[in-house]
Amino acid sequence: MTEELVWRIAGGSGDGIDSTSQNFAKALMRSGLDVFTHRHYPSRIRGGHTYVEIRASPEPVKSRGDGYNVLLALGDSFARNPEQDAYYGNEEIKPLSENLDELREGGIIIYDEGLIDVEEIPEFESRAEENDWHVYPLDLRAKARELGREVMRNTAGVGATAALLEYDLEHIEDLMEDAMDGEVLETNLQILRESYDEVSEMEFTHSLRIPEGEHDDEQVLLSASNAIAYGALDEGCRFIAGYPMTPWTEVFTLMSQYLPDVGGISEQVEDEIASAALALGASHAGVKAMSGSSGGGFALMSEPLGLAEMTETPVVLVEAMRAGPSTGMPTKPEQADLEHVLYTSQGDSTRVVFAPGNVEEAYDQTRAAFRLAYEYQLPAIVLYDQKIGGELRNVDESFFDREPNPDLGATLTEEEIAEAAHHASGKFNRFQHDPGNDKGVSPRSIPGQKGGRFLATGNEHNEQGHISEDPENRIAQVDRRLGKLSAIREELDAEESSHQHGHGPEDADYGVLTFGSQQGTVEEAVDRLNENGHSVKSLGVSDLMPFPEAEVTEFLESVEECLVVEMNASGQFRGLVQRELGRFGPKMNSLLKYNGNPFEPHEIVEGFETQFEADEPAPTTRFVPAAGD
Amino acid sequence: MSAFNAIGEDREVDREEFTPGIEPQATWCPGCGDFSVLRALKGAMSELGKNPEEVLVSTGIGCSGKLNSYFDSYGIHTLHGRSLPIARAAKLANPELEVVAAGGDGDGYGIGGNHFIHTARENHDITYIVFNNEIFGLTKGQTSPTSPMGHKSKTQPHGSAKAPIRPLSMALTAGASYVARTAAVNPNQAQEILVEAIEHDGFAHVDFLTQCPTWNKDAKQYVPYVDIQENDDYEFDLSNRAEAAEMMYETESALYEGTVLTGRFYHDADRLSYGDEKRAVGEMPDEPLAERYHTDYEWERSYDLLDAHK
Repeated sequence: MTEELVWRIAGGSGDGIDSTSQNFAKALMRSGLDVFTHRHYPSRIRGGHTYVEIRASPEPVKSRGDGYNVLLALGDSFARNPEQDAYYGNEEIKPLSENLDELREGGIIIYDEGLIDVEEIPEFESRAEENDWHVYPLDLRAKARELGREVMRNTAGVGATAALLEYDLEHIEDLMEDAMDGEVLETNLQILRESYDEVSEMEFTHSLRIPEGEHDDEQVLLSASNAIAYGALDEGCRFIAGYPMTPWTEVFTLMSQYLPDVGGISEQVEDEIASAALALGASHAGVKAMSGSSGGGFALMSEPLGLAEMTETPVVLVEAMRAGPSTGMPTKPEQADLEHVLYTSQGDSTRVVFAPGNVEEAYDQTRAAFRLAYEYQLPAIVLYDQKIGGELRNVDESFFDREPNPDLGATLTEEEIAEAAHHASGKFNRFQHDPGNDKGVSPRSIPGQKGGRFLATGNEHNEQGHISEDPENRIAQVDRRLGKLSAIREELDAEESSHQHGHGPEDADYGVLTFGSQQGTVEEAVDRLNENGHSVKSLGVSDLMPFPEAEVTEFLESVEECLVVEMNASGQFRGLVQRELGRFGPKMNSLLKYNGNPFEPHEIVEGFETQFEADEPAPTTRFVPAAGD
Repeated sequence: MSAFNAIGEDREVDREEFTPGIEPQATWCPGCGDFSVLRALKGAMSELGKNPEEVLVSTGIGCSGKLNSYFDSYGIHTLHGRSLPIARAAKLANPELEVVAAGGDGDGYGIGGNHFIHTARENHDITYIVFNNEIFGLTKGQTSPTSPMGHKSKTQPHGSAKAPIRPLSMALTAGASYVARTAAVNPNQAQEILVEAIEHDGFAHVDFLTQCPTWNKDAKQYVPYVDIQENDDYEFDLSNRAEAAEMMYETESALYEGTVLTGRFYHDADRLSYGDEKRAVGEMPDEPLAERYHTDYEWERSYDLLDAHK
């Protein structure tokens, strides 16, 4: 097997690292490789160490790797003066110094000697020697200045990378031509080519070259944020309201760009109470609508969320988790909003919550969220995080070749309303208990429709929506509303494809259980464990409410012991499994990570082995043995 | 053909069509000013020939929030302070609906103050009625944002140290294009003002003084009142911001000194409503979005947007 490439481009936030890496990832995809990116950035306007990693291989890749093998360390143009005592340390050298720990043995370092002085990095020479790193200092800044402007040093770095890996420039040049024009394009192309040619003439000490691959289908490169927006569009969502907050802003921005072009409406409003309320208002008036936020903003949505449950107003909310509590670490992923999203708002929760595990699931489950929200008249939430929202991977273009579904779900036409049950006063029975309807859904009318007037209220109400505290009515309405969750579970269980994703040999002795965004990394770890002689399979759970009781029970019954992998400090997902299933406590050990970085496969491998051997897990993770162990 | 045939139906409408058969008698206390809002709204809607089913009344929480329990139309009784964001989204989703939002002074000027400011700023084409009784009624008499300074209640036992909010000035500053104050004790003016507010193309704010005979016994019953349009002492240009601001300030201060000034305070007939502004920049469709789901519209697909990802 050819060695995979894991290229890391590091620099200052605001230096164009993102767009440069995106173009390079696309180029690699176009040349037939599977790609997967991982973004790491600080919560700062400009400056501060940031990097993007691109993993590329002829084999499918669905996770970041363990460490990486090629570093392009650019300078940080917004680094603060190192002469002064700085809280953040010497920022000028960080694109190089901060990235050494994870560079694999035998790895390649390209750094901009115009901006980075290795003398400032303790033991750089000896570490390079010990680890057999191949170091190529290049004055990228000088090259950029000579032919164009200093910011173009990214291009010089990409040219140098291509030369060192013997990668044909064709795809990179094509992409530059798509993105730029005029003099800027000409200059960049010249810098790229000259840098490539100069480096090609150097003597190489490393042996890594670009791997070769081929795709059968046309590929597209996108993230879960893209997929969520596309899923919403294809379900006929034409209204979004929001307030900016990292990392949910990506979905909000994408939708705000598409909607005006397709005659939809996007509203940036005063706060998240308003944004969720607007989505409800639009949905109530007969438009498919969504809103969303990240942890703190989602907290403000608790009230409208409960109103949607009580008034049975369909709405889709997305929650992009980041490290909490409070402001936490705005640009770092975590999966610690699980309980928040499941239970926030007063009263018994009547909502659907899905946590997709990859790009395709993000698309499919966003569509499922809309379909269920509108068919069952309740809020549906897509729970994801900064990791999956920001990482790009390639998907077959044909995956998106689907029919749109603008159906409003359980609604009536004016003709149907005329036939439907009404109160003697003429008011429409919007919230009727129909014993013949096993789904518990009472179809709604929409304001402006003839014969359909009713009152929607957050108070407990009778069939016509009028406020009622009658005990019998109360029980009937609560049972009907909660009963919709059982009906949804039955419907999901009956579907051919499950939202839960199993991986590894079915008859394996041990299990790894996870939810949401860690799925790909868990699966890579499972493959490695099986190669190492273990007998392991995994289950990535996406349905969090209503919980897939049968599937998770079957999985847990079939294994002797199970490692539950999640990115939070209190084992919220393990707690959910315990709460829902009750009897697997002694089988479930936890592997937790909450340092702000997503799991790497080796951490899960080591955590798994901790279950049987006295070895400590990776220091970046925490192992919590099963109750009673 | 429209999916919403209650909209724009041309016929005579009787005010009693707005009385719900299911809950015809309001549970407000005898002598409550809220009855007058209900009466004036029924009168205004029938005067304008509005079909009950083309009207959406979005209310907050409190005694005032019960308005749509006793007013028969499409109704949504929302959350404390949140009638406006729900109302304005419904209007954007289907601009042909007649949308009215309503709530109390605590609801609109306190907990929902942020929404009030922004809805006025954006000039959504809706009517907003604030039942202003200077007290929290449904929770039994606590000091509200419009209670006078020094107001004593169980939650302010030594008297409120806060100056009351200035709702008319706030609406004007925020951007409302129609601002009026009326009083429960003046039913003719109330109905006239509601008719104007509903007809106004933009955000119309009506501060409606509604006496609370149960929890605000000490407060004046808003009599005698003065209609500033009918009184020569108060001459100013309704469309002039500076003059309107001065009149509002005087009115707000006078209320706490026992003079009840009512009438129209500001009217800008030229400012485009939010929907029109949004259409002008290409961010809002010409046809009501809510209609599209009932037509044979050819829905766009994400598959056609993928070039950027190749």
